[in-house]
Amino acid sequence: MATLIRVLGDFDLAEEAVQEAFIAALETWPTRGVPANPAAWITTTARNHAIDRLRRQRVLRAKTEALTRDATIDGDLTTTDVDPFEGDDTMPIIDDRLRLIFTCCHPALALDARVALTLRTLGGLTTPEIARAFLVPESTLAQRLVRAKRKIRDAGIPYRVPPIELLPERLGGVLQVLYLVFNEGYAASSGEALIRRDLCAEAIRLGRVVAGLLPDEPEATALLALMLLHDARRAAREGPGGALILLADQDRSLWDAERIAEGLALVDVAVAARRPGQYQLQAAIAALHDAAPTSEATDWHEIVGLYRALLVYLPTPIVELNLAVAVAMADGPAFGLAMMDGLFDDGALAAYPYLHAGRADLLRRLGRWSEAITAYQRALELTDNGPERTFLEGRVEEVYVAASRESRPD
Amino acid sequence: MQYALLIYGQDPADDDPDAGMAEIAEYDRFTGHVRDRGVLRAGEALHPSTMATTVRVRDGQTLTTDGPFAETKEVLGGFYIVEAADLDEAITYAAMIPGARNGAVEIRPIVDFSAMPGAMADASGAS
Repeated sequence: MATLIRVLGDFDLAEEAVQEAFIAALETWPTRGVPANPAAWITTTARNHAIDRLRRQRVLRAKTEALTRDATIDGDLTTTDVDPFEGDDTMPIIDDRLRLIFTCCHPALALDARVALTLRTLGGLTTPEIARAFLVPESTLAQRLVRAKRKIRDAGIPYRVPPIELLPERLGGVLQVLYLVFNEGYAASSGEALIRRDLCAEAIRLGRVVAGLLPDEPEATALLALMLLHDARRAAREGPGGALILLADQDRSLWDAERIAEGLALVDVAVAARRPGQYQLQAAIAALHDAAPTSEATDWHEIVGLYRALLVYLPTPIVELNLAVAVAMADGPAFGLAMMDGLFDDGALAAYPYLHAGRADLLRRLGRWSEAITAYQRALELTDNGPERTFLEGRVEEVYVAASRESRPD
Repeated sequence: MQYALLIYGQDPADDDPDAGMAEIAEYDRFTGHVRDRGVLRAGEALHPSTMATTVRVRDGQTLTTDGPFAETKEVLGGFYIVEAADLDEAITYAAMIPGARNGAVEIRPIVDFSAMPGAMADASGAS
């Protein structure tokens, strides 16, 4: 599919051609047998169908020329008169997927279109599934896809891996899309659990493709590591009835040891390239969490240092909040609280429930009960996520109990 | 493909002729670059938007007004038309235009009617 889209420069034509090729496969494989390389057979057959169609419709003469030119360049798999049963070169297909990822994530497309196009074209998700995952009406998502495909065609967005001088900038865009897809699946803010798992799985799968095909790009490797290290904790994050369980309270025996081992090894590979970046720092932080036997035994001082370094790449209030949480763990809640109070000044986080919840947690640990309750209640006002609300309500209850025990010691 | 590179920025200030000269030299360099590569199809600078006249025909009446089509802080100041293999090449040229540093360059692909003869009647009728 990716091969054809590149060659034909037209998503719709390629989709149609592939369908025709599958029909041809259903008709011929039972009698002639399955070819040595089914993928190459499909590509070649689909391509031949597409050429026939293009020739019939003279309107797309320019594209036929492109096809012929392309056929001359990589003659083995792609010439129109070769016996498709002899093709065994799958590499161009894999390379085409990488090209397609860069096309789908081109900065000339809006971010939401990039995400939808990547999932639809490279992921195994259908349009209704993507629509449900992102809580938009199916028609909206379909429109988004149509518009994006049209822009790729009409604006001449290229099908290729960008040249080396553009790679850092463009790779950043690809990784951003993959991480966004992963986070959408991981942060259980809403939607159906099954589709959310699919999103994480797709992001990791595509992350593997990118990291595997660009082994010299440490940020690509680091993003894969980061996603694996987060995903490893999935089973421990949810209690009975979908209740939220914080990192500190998770049963670490439920963590996926295999994923953690893979993630840790990938972090080492990425960092060895000595070209630091935001995903390497985030993966290193996740690695320290995943490698620690308990929350108390976590190297919080190291995590504080990593968050400080991350602030250089990602100077966002959210990173500052995470830094404050880490400081509270490393140096004591009073230090973290001072940092969090400072975060209210710039206003960006004033309506962010996690800032209030984080503050509430530190106030609770400092025994400042009434302030803690006020902060928890502020956080409750700002979130309508069920499991999070249940969690916060539970904490308010705990603080009331602790406060009343203190005032009437007996 | 051909792309129009539309240069948007603030109208030049009258009181700084030196800055204007330096900018013209930079534009000359860019124009020379795309001409040497053989990709330049057209390129013009426009007089300031205060010189603009806007025309509308409504019910057969020609309405002529002073000023640009839209009153905005950043106005169309000039354009290039270049031949480029794809959008990335067009982006590379756009980024070299001096106006991209203080204003913005909008890239618009140019419709190629010769590549779609069947669509020609439709397109010309619709526009």
